[in-house]
Amino acid sequence: MFEAETSVYDSRRPPQPPEHHTRPTTERRWIKWLLIGMAVTFMLLVLVLPLVLVFVEAFRKGTEVYFKSFTDRSAIAAIQLTLLVAAIAVPMNLIFGVAASWCVARYDFKGKSFLITLIDLPFSISPVVSGMVYVLLFGAQSAIGPFLKAYDIEIVFAVPGIVLATMFVTFPFIARELIPLMQSQGNGDEEAAISLGATGWQTFWRVTVPNIKWGLLYGVLLCNARAMGEFGAVSVLSGHIRGKTNTMPLHIEILYNEYNFAGAFAVASLLAMLALVTLLLKTLLEFRYGDELAGTRRH
Amino acid sequence: MEIRVQNIRKEFSRYPALNEVSLDIRSGELIALLGPSGSGKTTLLRLIAGLETPTAGRIFFGDEDASSKSVQERNVGFVFQAYALFRNMTVLENIMFGLKVRPRATRPPATEIRRRAMELLDLVQLTGLHKRFPQQLSGGQRQRVALARALAIEPRVLLLDEPFGALDAMVRKELRKWLREIHDHTGHTTVFVTHDQEEALELADRLVVMSQGKIEQVGSPDEVYDRPANPFVFGFIGESSSLPVTVENHELWVGGRAIGLPAPHEAAGDAKLFFRPHDVELVEDGAALAGVVVASRRVGGTRRVELEIGGYPDRIEIDLPFDHPAAEKTRIAFRPKRWRVFESAKG
Repeated sequence: MFEAETSVYDSRRPPQPPEHHTRPTTERRWIKWLLIGMAVTFMLLVLVLPLVLVFVEAFRKGTEVYFKSFTDRSAIAAIQLTLLVAAIAVPMNLIFGVAASWCVARYDFKGKSFLITLIDLPFSISPVVSGMVYVLLFGAQSAIGPFLKAYDIEIVFAVPGIVLATMFVTFPFIARELIPLMQSQGNGDEEAAISLGATGWQTFWRVTVPNIKWGLLYGVLLCNARAMGEFGAVSVLSGHIRGKTNTMPLHIEILYNEYNFAGAFAVASLLAMLALVTLLLKTLLEFRYGDELAGTRRH
Repeated sequence: MEIRVQNIRKEFSRYPALNEVSLDIRSGELIALLGPSGSGKTTLLRLIAGLETPTAGRIFFGDEDASSKSVQERNVGFVFQAYALFRNMTVLENIMFGLKVRPRATRPPATEIRRRAMELLDLVQLTGLHKRFPQQLSGGQRQRVALARALAIEPRVLLLDEPFGALDAMVRKELRKWLREIHDHTGHTTVFVTHDQEEALELADRLVVMSQGKIEQVGSPDEVYDRPANPFVFGFIGESSSLPVTVENHELWVGGRAIGLPAPHEAAGDAKLFFRPHDVELVEDGAALAGVVVASRRVGGTRRVELEIGGYPDRIEIDLPFDHPAAEKTRIAFRPKRWRVFESAKG
């Protein structure tokens, strides 16, 4: 009680531990370094090495061949399709994710735990199965099939199908990020806002959204990364029509199967760069707003 | 603005938080809802605000039936226990919030909103802090911002939910005085919830003592302290000691002995005697309560002793002059100067 607290008591600063004093709950040094070593080795082998190899293989035939891969028409179409799919799937999942999180965090209703299970469903289903489901739902043999054919609506083996499959697979990311955040924040702020006369909409935009913005950004980042990189579900649904229904991951597979390794890895390097940019943004967010990210989870 | 609560019942999944509660709040008064946890006081406050809807009963603001009005329509100023300040807005923006969200028709121009907010900042003595964020303020400062924010919308009634609960003792005392000053200055009808009876007795014009979803007594601090209506209020307000007694021949008997206290109005039978530890006088052995000292401690300017009275498992506390030579095992005889007797059915 009489040791380090000669400084003025500031309730906002967390208590500083005294220097040169190992906490009794820390492990012994060698255990600490062993665990860190194991984690780093695992990460290097399983994560870093493959990433590095992608770039090595991409530039194996030289930079000219590398850049030539992107002038190919089907490559350009694949990149455009990937961007389009992400541009649709991510905002839609943003809206649905926020709505679902609002329901779960703010209301109590019968079937709430069922809804939560449903939200997590895409994580537990194999992506191939997710794709299959849409084929069964909208394909030519399904109940809706003839109806769609009559109106010339193409879902399966066309862009709409790809968008649907991508939306399904990336749905949980935003909701899972927001639900615990909103639950821990509680609805005190919203109650304060309505007691001051704000309507539901005003409360949502002026109070709720600023409070969840970091969780939202986090979720959007993860959702986007997965949307651009999704393979399994999209593969089942796409029909693999070159230049029309191939996304980047599918295009990479085609190039690889044609033994065009330089081309395959060149396009793959784009996805790898996307992964790195995502990681960088995540780290930046945590670095700059880590306190707030942690702070917005508490009062 | 007077408020009338009429036969309110509130159930949370069959659990009755409030049971047939009726209350009249006078315009301009500072009234406290006082009670232990679970007494329903916060529920009642939230019902008045419109943050909850009653299962049955009605609430009137003046002559208007406000029961079906939304919380926005009721124009109440609510100060939350945990302040609920908007963490992404500055202090000034927090205070301006209520005015900024008004529909265009009733919204004052931006310069006017800002001027009013700065005025309120002065009123709560936080001038100069308008650019700070809530996280940069101390607890007491945050509470004052919360009050300014509630006052900004010129509410018909001010509702405070345990406003000083999260603050340390010194700050709490300061803010109590300050709240009373603000109330006298603005004249708003103010209802506040507290479990701290000292606070209620010091601040309020009237107290509403609640327990288990019912109102036990409504009255001024003096009334509630000196003339408690039932055992609960006696025990909850101020300090009390109690003892089972029997009423016989219009006198009180304890353990087969008359203790020298008349009971002219009470029916014969079992009852419970209540008195305050400091309201006793020491007498020579005779018709009096007598017990043996089992513990003694110094409390401020008096000595508080615990007595074991023949046969009863609970100890009785009384106050003696601090220089009284009461040691363990001393026998002390005393009589309460002021007391209440409640029939056992209520005890």
